[in-house]
Formats: sequence, structure tokens, C-alpha cells
Amino acid sequence: MNHPQVFDVVVVGGGHAGTEAALAAARAGARTLLLTQSIETLGQMSCNPAIGGIGKGHLVREIDALGGAMGRAADRSGIHFRTLNASRGPAVRATRAQIDRQRYRMEIRRALESEPRLSLFQQSVDDLVLEEGAGRRRVTGARTSMGLAFRARAVVLTTGTFLGGRIHVGLGSYQGGRAGDPPANALAEKLRALPFRVGRLKTGTPPRLDGRTIDYGRLEVQPGDSPPPAFSSSAPLPSARPRQVCCHIAHTNERTHDVIRRGLDRSPMYSGVIEGTGPRYCPSVEDKVVRFAGRPSHRIFVEPEGLDTTEVYPNGISTSLPFDVQHELVRSIEGFENAVITRPGYAIEYDYFDPRDLRPSLETSAVDGLFFAGQINGTTGYEEAAAQGLVAGLNAARRVSGREPWTPRRDEAYIGVLIDDLTSLGTSEPYRMFTSRAEYRLRLREDNAELRLTETGHALGIVDDARHAAFRTRRTALERERARLEGLRLAPDRIPEVLAAEVLGRPPGHGQTAWQLLRRPEVRYAGLMRIAGPGIGDPELAAQLEIEAKYAGYVERQEDEVARTRAREALRIPDGFDYSAVRGLSAEVCEKLALHRPATIGQAGRVAGVTPAAVSLLLVHLKRFGAWPAEERKAAHGG
Amino acid sequence: MTDTIAAVSTPPGRGGIGIVRVSGPRAAEVARGVVGRLPEPRAATAARFLAGDGETLDSGIALWFPGPDSYTGEDTLELQGHGGPVVLDRVAGRVFSLGARPARPGEFTERAFLNGKLDLAQAEAVADLIDAATHEAARLARRSLDGALSDRVNAAVAELVEIRTFVEGSLDFPDEEVPDLPEALLAERLGRVRAAVAAARGSAARGNLLREGFGVVIVGRPNVGKSSLLNRLVGRERAIVTEVPGTTRDTLHEPVQVDGLPLKVVDTAGLHPTDDPVERMGIERTWAAVEEADAVLAVVDDRRGLEEADRTILGRIPDRLPRVVIHNKIDLTGSPAGEPEGGTGGAGRMDGTGFFRVRLSAKTGEGVERLCERLKALAGYEPRAEGLFMARRRHLAALDDALAALDAAKRGGDEGAGSELVAEDLRLAQRALGEITGEFTTDDLLGRIFASFCIGK
Repeated sequence: MNHPQVFDVVVVGGGHAGTEAALAAARAGARTLLLTQSIETLGQMSCNPAIGGIGKGHLVREIDALGGAMGRAADRSGIHFRTLNASRGPAVRATRAQIDRQRYRMEIRRALESEPRLSLFQQSVDDLVLEEGAGRRRVTGARTSMGLAFRARAVVLTTGTFLGGRIHVGLGSYQGGRAGDPPANALAEKLRALPFRVGRLKTGTPPRLDGRTIDYGRLEVQPGDSPPPAFSSSAPLPSARPRQVCCHIAHTNERTHDVIRRGLDRSPMYSGVIEGTGPRYCPSVEDKVVRFAGRPSHRIFVEPEGLDTTEVYPNGISTSLPFDVQHELVRSIEGFENAVITRPGYAIEYDYFDPRDLRPSLETSAVDGLFFAGQINGTTGYEEAAAQGLVAGLNAARRVSGREPWTPRRDEAYIGVLIDDLTSLGTSEPYRMFTSRAEYRLRLREDNAELRLTETGHALGIVDDARHAAFRTRRTALERERARLEGLRLAPDRIPEVLAAEVLGRPPGHGQTAWQLLRRPEVRYAGLMRIAGPGIGDPELAAQLEIEAKYAGYVERQEDEVARTRAREALRIPDGFDYSAVRGLSAEVCEKLALHRPATIGQAGRVAGVTPAAVSLLLVHLKRFGAWPAEERKAAHGG
Repeated sequence: MTDTIAAVSTPPGRGGIGIVRVSGPRAAEVARGVVGRLPEPRAATAARFLAGDGETLDSGIALWFPGPDSYTGEDTLELQGHGGPVVLDRVAGRVFSLGARPARPGEFTERAFLNGKLDLAQAEAVADLIDAATHEAARLARRSLDGALSDRVNAAVAELVEIRTFVEGSLDFPDEEVPDLPEALLAERLGRVRAAVAAARGSAARGNLLREGFGVVIVGRPNVGKSSLLNRLVGRERAIVTEVPGTTRDTLHEPVQVDGLPLKVVDTAGLHPTDDPVERMGIERTWAAVEEADAVLAVVDDRRGLEEADRTILGRIPDRLPRVVIHNKIDLTGSPAGEPEGGTGGAGRMDGTGFFRVRLSAKTGEGVERLCERLKALAGYEPRAEGLFMARRRHLAALDDALAALDAAKRGGDEGAGSELVAEDLRLAQRALGEITGEFTTDDLLGRIFASFCIGK
């Protein structure tokens, strides 16, 4: 039975990837349907109640700069905000927030329900509707468990941990997509029959506690920043934001570790029941105790779940040990002596698809019109999921309207780093963003996310005019002030000595401009304005100018590298390219390239073991067989 | 957007002219730096090639071909000098200091092809050139890195990775328990990395085939013709040759060039059991010379062939060295000159051993040409490829880049620059060293961080 409506884009899944995908597709002009198992859980935070952090806060800012919902929803539902790395350089500063889960779901649902061209439908999806012809497979819709077929020209799958999901607590396990929700096994079966490479990953959560049974007096208090920072430039005033609360920090101790060690024989991980690979960086508490046996204590961040609930999330004791061990280990912790568990911790194993089978647009290379985003691609984290959702949704809409796909480059956005890493290198553990993954870290900052992306976002049709106009006003103010400082020469003899010493540290060199002086590490914008003012009043813009000045030398130094990267990203390798036909390429390199399926020469060069000479051979081959039009040739030989 | 490449484009050592070729957007800048001005397009301009301090490195002809009317299709500069490996090395070094990078093997031709300067039918030839030259370059790069140098580079990388583990770890995981590296400790460890890279830079510059020559030690029993062979190679009577065995009591060093390949040939005292204290000292020095050699020629008398005493000598030569058994005096035995065909170890090899074998007569010179070819091959000195010179140059450039980045990191640390800026310089230092040791990916680094610190809530 076909649903009477025909959609441009159907998004399957209502998590962070699915909601951003549906919103982006609709903003980009596609008639979009979001299919979810449960409308109540749209925007559900299945793991910890926090958004942002180092690398992740950067992603949220970028999503926001591209018109996405996550940042705005987090600003309106966050109950504790901090700027991490506040004492370090601006490139690695990042915003992190504790979120009221319920308010967040509401905000996301509100965003979905107020989006024109976007419909919601509740029903689990069991199958895709595929068509074959001319040697290609094409997706034409999705079929729900009651046999209802939704016809669409593109489908975005964002199934999270639901594909073949299996939940482990102790040696017992059961099928599930998330505690309390059934898995999507029928769909998993169907997908496994398609030519995708499938793997298993694992992730986990801690037991949750009833806050009324915690002795907060014995925990360390961690206040949020005041005033609270925000993700979005369109954040409401602090007075219009939810009440802000404190977090707390507890510690495991030797007794906790003894409890864990005694329980290891009933751990599904240590007894070999779990086959999926967990992340190296977010180990379960049993992992921490085994791998770092010398440490007497580990920190636990006690995170509130919301303003209207007493439940808390003890971040740091993720575990799949049996319930009795969980109970005992919680009770061994100072301040948790009488704590009551409200939900047991668990580990979950799920299917993921090798993201090297995706194009940079996040469309699968095996099925035309089918896009994947989120944990299905081997990532972890709400922010990583949302970022992919936005790109997949946008590109699904662009495909339907016959436009070229768009993915930011590595030098433009963390989103670009994320998607490039996934599609060219793949991942063997749940992939999480870190700033060290970005070679252009100094350019990719939270403070300049709008400058990097909003203009493009507007051109793509996913940033609305109002937001764009506000951005342009800010950018113009920034450019004007920068031009003023660059043109302003400060004569050393015209500045009182005392003031120069105070503001500049040492006297200005002859003919130096105010901008050059601002590049000195010790010079602050506000101070400089005492001799070069008045400047701009907006403290955020002032801060940004200062950052640009301080980083200018480093950023300029990367220009060559960035330009070469861009040139190489422009050189596309055809789908299904036969590497064995390239003269001189070693069998080893052929095998690697065939495995990774790079989409561009740039990606090929980033595959481990692919030498510059191999790239040269590839360039010569592709040129010979006319893979590129003339204007791209010039770009070909960038280093 | 491309970068600028440069290379010595004449075969090493041959002929009286040496050419350094530069191609890319910075070629004009390089011309102004080296020649002092931009030469007239497509005209031979007599010029002095200047060092950074204005000293004349060489004089010769500068040719300026503005793109696209050049071999590569890009702005191209050719500096034709008087050749000589040392001078060429300095001219090339100057060019690199002006912003060009050492070209990869075959890269000029690759650019010419990609810019449409060669016809499509030539694509295969281009691919073959890149392929062959790359294999050769890899072999030469290994040769140019002696064990001590690569140990130093590896030690520097290991230390650098440790520092980065702390620096990157504390940037990415501020809420976790990654200890900050105290400033003093960071400075000390950075100092260690820098010292190791500087030492590698020093030994790479010193341990240079082109400056010191390829060290060849001639050993053998008394009176098998070692000194005659030296004389034949040197081409004049340097060693005293007599019929009396043991005339050479000490080691004799002689510089000699074979097709431009500098050889440092060492003749040694004959090896045999003796009680004569003077002879024994000579024999000790022989073995000391072998320890420092790049290759060993073990001479035997073809009339007697390999005898037990010869085998004893061969057995003492370290396996790590290329070893050639010379069957001398074929003028007396009538054996065919040159390298015997086949053998299980490949052409020229003795069966079942790591030795090469050449039959010759030091007296008549018959077969010596074959020996010279063998020595050139062993030295990795093959005019058809770009040669050891460029392989080594690439390493020097990488070491220089690493030093510059480490100095910037140090300066940043001292001036209180943010740790993210220090981290950037450390990344660049590691990337430069990675050109020598192989890539160390971000994922490798993350692996170290997660193995070193308990990260994750």
C-alpha cells in the first residue's frame, strides 16, 4: 500500500542526525518526511545530557552557522554552560552545556513542527523500496512495519544504534535499540543484503541515580560560567534562558575498583560475549580499572538530567557489569553511599556500515539516492551525528533538484574534517571529533564559524535571510574595523611613553600600524583602543579581531598548504575506478585505494601508505584518460 | 596553485656542466635571489650564482623561461654551472633556501605532462619514469641514511611524539586528568629533540658520499695484487709494488674518481698469521679500516682460486658490507674477464654467499671496467637516476624544516605563546621528520594519548 503523498526526501530516524537531516532537506526546498518509531522521542539524548565540548562545541557552532537546530535548541534548554579551555588559546576554546533532556526534545520538536515542507510520521521502517536498472540500484522509498510504502526520490537513513541492536547487562543480553526501545532488526536484515561492508561497534552508558539519595555535601561543586556562554549567535538573552544549576564531581576509590575486579568474570566485555569494538577514549569503568590499574581514583561528573527531575547521570562509570555489581560499585563511592539506581547501566552493540562506501555527499555509492548519517556511519556523539545529518539532508535535497552536492572542505569546517576522515579513512572504533584531528585547527574556531560558513549556507538556501542579514552586519563591522587598524599608523613620538608601556609593553616600531601592534601577544584590543580608539563596542567582535590578529602569522603560513589541498580536492576520481589499470601502481597501493575508494585526489593522498609517487601515477593516468576538463588541469600538480 | 620545485638535473659527476632546474611560481623569486635579477627571457645570460651572504658560489649561465612557454609549462629557471658535486650541492641548497622544495623523481616531466606540454601518447613513458625513478630514489634514500643518522631521527621522533602526547592531550581533554607538561620540562624535552635533529642534520651533511667518497677497502693475503689493483684504480704508481710479499705494511688511502663517483680506496697490509710486531700492527689497521668501509674488495690469486686462508679472511668481513671477491691475475690463468654469469644470487653473485665476484687483471687492466661498474652500482651511483645527491637533499630539506619548526616551538614556549601555537609548530616538525621516517598519523597520536592517560567519562 502506497502512502498517497510522494515526497522528495524521506528521513528515517528521529535522533540528532535525523532531525537535522529533515530540517536541512526542508530548508533546502525539498518536500520532506521524517519517519520515526516514536514522535515522543524526537531529539532524544540517549546517552549523557550534555552537548558540546572540545571539537564538539566547534561542530555545534558550525551546524548553527549553517542554519541547523542543535545550537539554538541547546541554548534554550541548557542548564549549565562552560567555556572549556578558557585559559588556553581561542582555537581550542569550546562551549559545553548540560541539557535538560525534556526541554531539548521540546525545542527540537518545536523546530520540526514549525518547518514548512516538513511532515512527521510515526511508524518503524522495515525495508527500503529499491529499483534496479541500467546496472544501478536506486532507492524510491521506504516501507513501514504495517506495509505502508512512502515514495521518495531520496532517503536518508539515520538509524543510530537501532540496527541489530543488542543490549548487555552482565552476561545476559537482549535485543534493543536503546534502553526501552526495540531494535530495527528487519531493516538491518534488508540492509545486510545490500553490497555494503558491515561491522559491529559498541558503546555504553552508566547506571542513572536518584539525586534525592545522593549526599551532595560530600561532592565537589562545579559551577557553570556566569553569564552562560551560548552556541548560537541567535541565543536568547540570559534572562530568557532556563535557570542555571551546578554540576558535581565524585571520585571512585580503591574499594570501588575491588568491587569491579571481583565482578570482571561476569563482565560481557571481559568474558568475550561482546564482539563489537568500543572506543579507546570513552572506556567503561571496568576498562579504566583494568587498563590503568595504578590509578587509585577516577573522576565522575554528576550531571543533572533536567530541572524537573531529580535523576542524575554519573558520567564516568559507564558499565555493563551485572546489576548487583553496579549497585555495589555505586554504593562504594563517597557521597553515593545510599544512592538508588533508577536505570541500570548497559553496553549496546550495533551494526554500522563502513563509511568508505559513502561519497563525500554522504550518499552511498552502491544505491543512488540513499544517504547515511550518524552512528550508522560509525560515529559517536550527538554533535557528530547532527553534523552529518545536516550534510546528508542538504545533499539529498540537492540531488532531488538536480544540483551538485556540497560538503565543506577540511580547511573550512570540522564538519569537513569529520566527513573526509570517515569517507576516506573509515573507522574501526566509534569516531569522535577531537581538535587534533584538524590540521587547520587554528582556522577552525568556534568564534569564526559564521564567518567560515554562513555566507555559503545562505547561498545553499539553508540559512534564512534574517540570519544572513544579521551576519552581514557583524561581518561588515569586523571588516571595517580591521581595515581601519591596518591603515592606522601610530607614530612612536605621538604616544605618551607611560601609555605606550602600559598598552603595548614596548614602544611601537617605526611606521607600524595598529593592526601590526595588535599582533603582539601582549597587546589587547581594549588597551590598544586607548591609543587607537574608539573602536567597536561589541565585545564579541572585538575579541574576534584580536584573535585574527594574534593568529595571522600562523594562518598565513598555512595558505600554501590550504591552496594545494583545495586544488587536489577539486580533482575527482570516477566512481568504481579500476586502480589496477594504473601503470606503475604497486599491488599494495592498489589494494588500499580499492578498499578506501577515495573520491578525490586529495583523499587518495591521505590514505595511509599512498605515497606522493603513487598520487603522481594516478594523476598521470586520470589526465591521460581525460578524467578532467581543461580548467582543472592547472590544479593537478599541487605538491 | 602549485609549489616550486628544484633539482640538480644533470647526472651526477658526468661532464663539465651541472644544471640546477627550478620550476613553479617562485622561480622568479629564486632567480632574483641567486642571480640578483630576472634574466632576459629565453636568452643565455652570464651570471654569478650568489649565496645568501653575497658570496659567489659558482659562475655560469642563467636561463629564464616564463611559463607557459617552458618545458614544464610553468615559470622555469635553469642555472648552468661548472658542475662538481660539491658546488652543485651548494647552489641547490641556496635555491631551496629561497622557497623551492626538492623535486620528487620524475616530477618535472610529470608537470610537463599535466600541463599539456607533452602529448598524451607519452603518458606511459611518464608513468614508467616516475615508477622507475621512485624505486631508485627509495633505495638511494635508504643508502643516504646511514644507521646512526636514522637512529637519531627515530630518537627525535620518539621524543617528539611523547611531547605531543602531553600537549595535544591537554588541549583536547581539559576536563580529564592529562597533566600539563611544566614549562621547564617542555623546554628541556624540546631541547633534546632539537639536539637529536641537529645531530642528524650534521651527520647527514657530513656523511656525504659526494664529499667524502665511497670508502672501498682492499684486503687479501700477501702478494695477491692488492697494491696493483689500487694503482690500476688510481691510474698511477702510488703504492710500491714489488715481488716481495708484505711490502705494504700500512694502509694507504687514495682518492679517485670513477665516472665522477668519488672513491676513497684503502690498500691494506696482507693478511696472514705472523709474529712480526710491525706487520701485526698493519693487520690490525686493516681490520679497523674494514670496519669503516662502505665496501670491501677481497683479492685472491686466480692461479690458486679460493683457498682456506682466503675463506678465513672472507669470513671475517662483516655481512652488512657489500663484498666483492676479486680474482686477480687472469693474465696468467687465461680465465675470462668480468663477472661470471648467473649464479643463484643473481648476476655477478657467488653461489650461496653474499659476495659479488669479478675476474680481472690489475696488471693489464682487463676486467677493471667491470669492477668499476660494480662499485658504482654498490654506491647507488647511477647516472640514469637522480642519484644519491637529491635523495640526500630531500632529507636535508626535511631536517631543516623540522629544525625551523622546533625553533619556532621553542620561541613560542619562551614568549608565552598559547600551547595551541606550540602544538602547531610541533605538528609541523613531526610532519617534516615524517618525510624521512614515514608518516605518523593523527590516529596514531590519539592512540598514544589514550594509552597514556585515562580519558573518557
